[in-house]
Amino acid sequence: MAEFVWRRGITERNSSAMATFIRRHKLAPYLMLAPALAGIAAVLLWPLIQVAVYSFQNYGLPQITGAEPTQWVGLGNFTATFTDSEFWLSLRLTVLFAAVVVPLTLIAGTLVGLLLNQLGKKMAAFVSTAALLAWATPPVSASVLFYWLFNPDGGLVDWTLSKLPHWLVGSTAWAGFNWTTSGALPAYTVLTFLVIWQSFPFIAVTVLAGLKTVPAELYEAARVDGATPSRVFRKITYPLLKPIFLVLLLLSVIWDFNVFTQTYILTGFPGNRDEFNLSLYIYDKAFQFPPSYGLGGALALIFTLILLVVTVGYVRASVRQGALT
Amino acid sequence: MSNSSGRAVTVKRFKSVSLNGTGVLVALVTLFPIAWMVSTAFKPSQEIFSLTPHLTPTHPTLANFSQVISGQASGIGSVWLFFRNSIAVTLATVLLASLVSLLASVAVARFRFRFRASVLVLLLIVQMIPGQALIIALFLDFNRLGLLQNLLGLIIVYAAQALPVSIWMLRNFVATVPKELEEAAAIDGASAPTIFWRILFPLVAPGLVATSIFAFITAYNEFIVALTFLGQAHTAYTLPIYVTYFFGRGGAQWGPIMAASTMYTVPVMIFFLIVRRRLVGGLVAGAVKG
Repeated sequence: MAEFVWRRGITERNSSAMATFIRRHKLAPYLMLAPALAGIAAVLLWPLIQVAVYSFQNYGLPQITGAEPTQWVGLGNFTATFTDSEFWLSLRLTVLFAAVVVPLTLIAGTLVGLLLNQLGKKMAAFVSTAALLAWATPPVSASVLFYWLFNPDGGLVDWTLSKLPHWLVGSTAWAGFNWTTSGALPAYTVLTFLVIWQSFPFIAVTVLAGLKTVPAELYEAARVDGATPSRVFRKITYPLLKPIFLVLLLLSVIWDFNVFTQTYILTGFPGNRDEFNLSLYIYDKAFQFPPSYGLGGALALIFTLILLVVTVGYVRASVRQGALT
Repeated sequence: MSNSSGRAVTVKRFKSVSLNGTGVLVALVTLFPIAWMVSTAFKPSQEIFSLTPHLTPTHPTLANFSQVISGQASGIGSVWLFFRNSIAVTLATVLLASLVSLLASVAVARFRFRFRASVLVLLLIVQMIPGQALIIALFLDFNRLGLLQNLLGLIIVYAAQALPVSIWMLRNFVATVPKELEEAAAIDGASAPTIFWRILFPLVAPGLVATSIFAFITAYNEFIVALTFLGQAHTAYTLPIYVTYFFGRGGAQWGPIMAASTMYTVPVMIFFLIVRRRLVGGLVAGAVKG
């Protein structure tokens, strides 16, 4: 009925040939979608296709200027990638980082969400405002800020660690410790704190919204039965919020796989190659001199395929929640 | 009896104190880095590199801010220039993305057409394509179009990138508007543009605010496209690229760098606090409803 309203409304008063054509062929929704689809096609889909094409070519500076012709190189870019030990190192770092940070973020976010649900109104507003501010901090500001906090020269973290008592890992050896240039482990420790700080608020607020949808009678009944908090979580909260947790898990995996801004700034790109994650490795191959768009394209394709697997999971989780209705 | 109820009260009080205590702790730990950024921005350099750092500046100064405003510290111009660039890009992105996604969301929420489900799945998938994968081709395309070292190129990319999520979010809002309102208006003889602007638009306005905030975040925070497109075109830098450039110059100018970061961060925080109710509702609607 509503659809009929729009179809009729759009064209009835206007009996030009164009309007008749639109009505007869039911074109109204397509016309309304056209600008959006054109933008998505031009900026998201077409570049992806081009990248796929570049990945089989030797596309670089000489090809752009026309000094040398563009040639098909078959799987050359892919074999070059798979035989490069730096690729495997960056892939390993990316996977390890996601494997550590995704669970930590989800646990921290869920705990804060549960806490917010228990707090009084004013306290909950205070805590969620603090979380909102961390989330609202632009990634560039947050990265520069954490770089400064962990800076060997005047940074607060090294100073604090050097003053802590021994039993709390305190030692004067921390004074002047350089977190960002001493290899992947210290650099990614800073990154872990940074990413959790920025992403737990979203998880907390989403979990809180989910908790509000759980009928209070269920908790009431559990309380009467004398269930422990952990049992309440396992038997009531978790099963009911499972769809939300699934979406949050997939989103977190995608986000933590994609980290670029934070790693770019914290590792001082292109300074420390042993601290490259996959994003930095791709960017380095594609844009650092001499630029190789073919190699970068092959990598971008591999990266997209990895994320596609996760995305399929995300889409299926969304569809199962009835998102398409 | 009275003894056991007394114990229940004690347990309850203990629970309330420990909950509130945890709440305060979480809030303080979360706020601390921001406080440190703002505090550093107001410190003179002797205090920044002091052997015993203090949370608040002992002798607060505006010197860092004046260096950032004069452009002396970064060497590429006053912070206001980059502020203007960021605001221009962000506003244009929000307007363009809102308009285009509103049209599209009405199409998917109000019409049943052949490729409707395909369009919805496409939107879900394209929002997951990593920016790092696209940037290579985007860079080469926009280079050919001569759109690299200016703000227009950024606006086009940001608006398109904001579309999939905006359409999804708006679609949920359009779907909650009762169809009967439109039908009644149509029976009273209202034309489609009238129905759109007079009935649908006011009712989905809260949704538009939510999607605008999303487009705002996309444009104001975006890094990789601006970094790649703007290159050495300093005068076209947006705030994140300016802060990164400034930071990358080295020289341990932490006072001025934190002043620049503060000027980049605090306005968006104030904005978020103002719109927070809509913000949380809109974001959660996206995640909870799928």
